[in-house]
Amino acid sequence: MQEKNPSSSLVVEGLDVHIEGEHILKHVDITFPAHRITCIVGPSGCGKSTLLRSLNRLTENVDNFRLSGRILIGGQDIVHARDAGLIELRRRVGLVPQRPCPLPMSIYDNVAYGCRIHGMHRRKGEMAETVERYLTEVGLWDEVKDRLGKSAYKLSIGQQQRLCLARSLAVEPEFLLADEATSALDPVSSKTVEDLFVRLKEKYTIIMVTHTLRQARRIADNAVFLYLGEVIESGDAAQVFGSPREELTRNYLSGTIS
Amino acid sequence: MNKKWQAKHIEESVMRALMVLASLLVVGAVLSIIWTIFAHGIKALSWEMVSRVPGKNWNTAQDGGFLNAILGSLWVVLPAAVIGACISIPVVFYMTMYKRRSSKLSYIARLAFDILYGIPSIVYGAFAFMVMVWVGMRASTLGGILVTTLLIIPIMVRSGDEIAKTVPDEMVDAAYSLGATKWETLKVLLRQVLPGMVTAFLLAIGKAIGDAAAVMFTAGFSDKMAASLSDPTATLPLAIFNWITMPDPFPDRAYAAALVLTVIVLLLSIGSRQLTRRMTRHNR
Repeated sequence: MQEKNPSSSLVVEGLDVHIEGEHILKHVDITFPAHRITCIVGPSGCGKSTLLRSLNRLTENVDNFRLSGRILIGGQDIVHARDAGLIELRRRVGLVPQRPCPLPMSIYDNVAYGCRIHGMHRRKGEMAETVERYLTEVGLWDEVKDRLGKSAYKLSIGQQQRLCLARSLAVEPEFLLADEATSALDPVSSKTVEDLFVRLKEKYTIIMVTHTLRQARRIADNAVFLYLGEVIESGDAAQVFGSPREELTRNYLSGTIS
Repeated sequence: MNKKWQAKHIEESVMRALMVLASLLVVGAVLSIIWTIFAHGIKALSWEMVSRVPGKNWNTAQDGGFLNAILGSLWVVLPAAVIGACISIPVVFYMTMYKRRSSKLSYIARLAFDILYGIPSIVYGAFAFMVMVWVGMRASTLGGILVTTLLIIPIMVRSGDEIAKTVPDEMVDAAYSLGATKWETLKVLLRQVLPGMVTAFLLAIGKAIGDAAAVMFTAGFSDKMAASLSDPTATLPLAIFNWITMPDPFPDRAYAAALVLTVIVLLLSIGSRQLTRRMTRHNR
């Protein structure tokens, strides 16, 4: 398992993103501190998801996408990474999507898949242990241990989301990106996943985009307020949400702009 | 208020009736075709017909069968399907995975396949025939295989492309974010799209096996079994065509051959459905 490593922070420096000629992110500078939950909040269309997806360059397949600046993952720049370097950096940054998306294989293989492609846990029995460890970590083991060979699509949405989380954790990332990871879930599953994130920050650096301010207030250690592609305010969550320095942040928090 | 409510209801029932009518029309057409073929075909069909090649007096009496046409059709279409799939699958994946959907190459390739798809099979046949004459090749099984491959590829690429579109973006993201390369991601997606592809390919085979125009000049016709790729061969659709259009038509044999062809096509489409159901067990 991961050692607590204070240097595993993620730094965004002068990030500019253009999509189809439109300036989506404007010179974004943020440091996501290690082992904390940073929530990115802001109105719809402010570039939250684009920012999050840029962090592991999942934006490659977007048409006319232009990325400039630097994104340093433990000191290595993913913006200019190529081939093997990019693959390795992506492995270090896990993603929990908005809607759970199991791979078309069994529950066991879903968790084992990432390890297999990276050639991890080759020794006999080691893979089974790994699968059990991560399914236990997300609190799914007891629910699925008797049907590991069954299709992952047989699980409920909430279970699928936890499976996706286990799948991401299994490749031993240092960072977790979550794009409204609880918005498609029922309240109970949503709470489970939320609690999980709080527990996971011991080992991982978590960056999440959320639409629910209440959720952000509940679990964020750090907060970033994004408005029309610009970082308006960022810092300690208690300060950003409690006594915002900027007029715009205050308006957003009070619901005057959305 | 009440009046509007009623008008709404009338509109609803009229539209509904039209839809039901249209559906019945389609089902009726299918059933009447199948009925005609079965009713006439079963009378004429015998074991001798499907197990022997034509005898000397095949057009006047029950002498021999059309095994040459059945096997000929399979000899032409199955290799064509295999070659077609080997070419179509990489094309589909290259267009959807390696190139962006909106890239110029993808766009041009897609346009080209749409045009190829729309070209009538007789044109393929004529084109292939001219090429064959030019290179000095005679009507042969090989010619039939090549032109059928050409016919199958656009069908397979088009339907494969439609199926590849159904892969959710999230699944691609999921694989990428685990650090999978494009090729590894593709292997995952293959599991997702394979059932649909298999169905599409079986349907393409069904379409190709029923086509007479493409093989008319290229595979030729023969009352004997083709011994090699350079021999001409009979095919079922062409056999049916010949028996019906000859000066003294012999429709019984045509019906029997039509029955065999229809059964093959039905088996292909029913089989593809069953196969899809089995293979998607893990995907849903």
